[in-house]
Amino acid sequence: MPQPKKKNEMLYFMLRNTKLRIGVAVVLFFVVLALVGPLLTKYQPKEYVAGGVTPPSSEFWFGTTSFGEDVFTQFVYGLRATFIVGLIGGGLGTLIGILIGFIAGYRGGIVDEILNMFTNIVLVIPSLVVLLIIAAYLEVRGYLFESIFIGFFAWPWVARAIRAQTFSLRSREFVDLARLSGMKPLKIIFKEIAPNMMSYLLLVYILQFGGAILTAATLDFIGLGPTNGVSLGLMMNNAFIYGALILGMWWWFIPPGLAITAIVGALYVTNVGLDEVFNPKLRET
Amino acid sequence: MRRYFTRKLLIYLLTFVLAVTIDWLIPRFMPGNPIQILISRAGLKAESANLIYSYYMQAFGLNVPIWQQYLNFWNALFHGDLGTSVWLFPQPVIQIIMRAVPFDVLLLLPAILVSWFAGNKFGAFAARSKWLDNTISPLGYILTATPYMWLGLMLGWLFGIILKILPFSGAYSYAMMPNLSWAFVGSLLEHWILPFTSLFLVMFGGWAIGMRNMIIYELEADYSHYLEALGAPRKLVRNYAFRNAILPQITGLALQLGVIVGGALVTEIVFSYPGIGFLILQAIQNHDFFLLQGCFLFIIIGVLLANFAIDIIYVLVDPRTRTGMQGEG
Repeated sequence: MPQPKKKNEMLYFMLRNTKLRIGVAVVLFFVVLALVGPLLTKYQPKEYVAGGVTPPSSEFWFGTTSFGEDVFTQFVYGLRATFIVGLIGGGLGTLIGILIGFIAGYRGGIVDEILNMFTNIVLVIPSLVVLLIIAAYLEVRGYLFESIFIGFFAWPWVARAIRAQTFSLRSREFVDLARLSGMKPLKIIFKEIAPNMMSYLLLVYILQFGGAILTAATLDFIGLGPTNGVSLGLMMNNAFIYGALILGMWWWFIPPGLAITAIVGALYVTNVGLDEVFNPKLRET
Repeated sequence: MRRYFTRKLLIYLLTFVLAVTIDWLIPRFMPGNPIQILISRAGLKAESANLIYSYYMQAFGLNVPIWQQYLNFWNALFHGDLGTSVWLFPQPVIQIIMRAVPFDVLLLLPAILVSWFAGNKFGAFAARSKWLDNTISPLGYILTATPYMWLGLMLGWLFGIILKILPFSGAYSYAMMPNLSWAFVGSLLEHWILPFTSLFLVMFGGWAIGMRNMIIYELEADYSHYLEALGAPRKLVRNYAFRNAILPQITGLALQLGVIVGGALVTEIVFSYPGIGFLILQAIQNHDFFLLQGCFLFIIIGVLLANFAIDIIYVLVDPRTRTGMQGEG
């Protein structure tokens, strides 16, 4: 039985891969911080806790904002928002991309022509600008709304990549065999084609996750984030608007940006590590 | 060749129509009435508010049937009429945007091109050389994961506040009027460095990593192994690999344009650089929806033009598409 042995081999390479270990460790660190962080603080994100500006101290780990809010509290709650946006926005973007890619790649012909043209059109339009103009007209916005809209505009490159892969897989013998045996197209896609792309789909999701986080941070920074909430992007927005730069309040704008950089960077590194595990050609030495 | 370009042009044309339609659709079908917001901000008495309301409805052409509004929108567009700004009433939107566009070109064009060339060269250089790879790759991943605005804030803070050697706000000294003197050019350049650097660094990371990975793929290809087996010098093999690896990077540039535009917007906001990104912020803060729509259209047009330019370059660079196209057509 070659199957179980293959799994062990993959696990072996996973545990040995430094990139993967570092990336996963950093992401896990922030996940844990987002989960337990709110328990470590006795304040609420928008609560007035200290008179005026306080630099980091044992009482306020990351200092306070100009409004006397605890930066650490905002930071851990903001981390939660960041992961939610990545999960939902990235998930939706991946899902739509996979569906369109599968259908276009498997069906071919006129369906493919139309879907491909649609993909190319959405690909050219800068999604952030559309998101921006939509968000600007909404008086009330939430995370869920933000994540869903980010997902709706993030799928095109996924669709393109999946389509190309499906194309190359659908003319293989095992797919022909399934077709000859009278399997339904949808079943062929999910039973025969998708499993061969599983590792690739995982990589795509990781990239979409990071992309959604960055897009959300950008929207939040422009001031079009959730109207009533905390997020890392909003923290930077507030710090910028209320002059943290000129006042030298570095503790206000460094943590949120640093966390985003670390999370997204770690996701990218994880992605490369996994790629090396799945694709023996890329393994160094 | 002709077929390739007609297809591409068709896509771009459809994209443009779709974008204009979105641009027209969003303000009309979103909850909330922009004109109501406008009037409520003015804080008028009831009867004068009504009067102003009907005046605005007429002035902005919102009192005709919806299909006619759509046609009027296109008609106005072809006459270069994007409406009147609310923020800087009564200046036409197109005038305001035209004042901002030169700053965008000044900032974006060099940042995109220089980072692309430098990133590719550097990435190709770092691939498969252990020491460089181990230092450059992590740096590249960190750079490409950095939110544009945060890098901007950090650079502004470091060079503007702590070291006090570079200005971090505006496109030229606020004490100056735009003119053709060396002092003005110097001030322009000085204010350009930080936004340029922050855009450059983030993009550079992405290109360097992309190129490094592409080169590794290419060096594993059969032709590389064959060349190596023939005893070709390492430099020659790498040159061939580079020429093959640069093609996906050109496509990548087209694909990345949307993200780059987003990054440029927030970078301009951070540095109060008076390009379109800064205008968008003003438009949002002042509920100036006409200006916002105008900015959107200009960005779309810019991205489409850039995409088309990249298509042409791709055909020029890749001989295979050229012969392939001829055979096909």
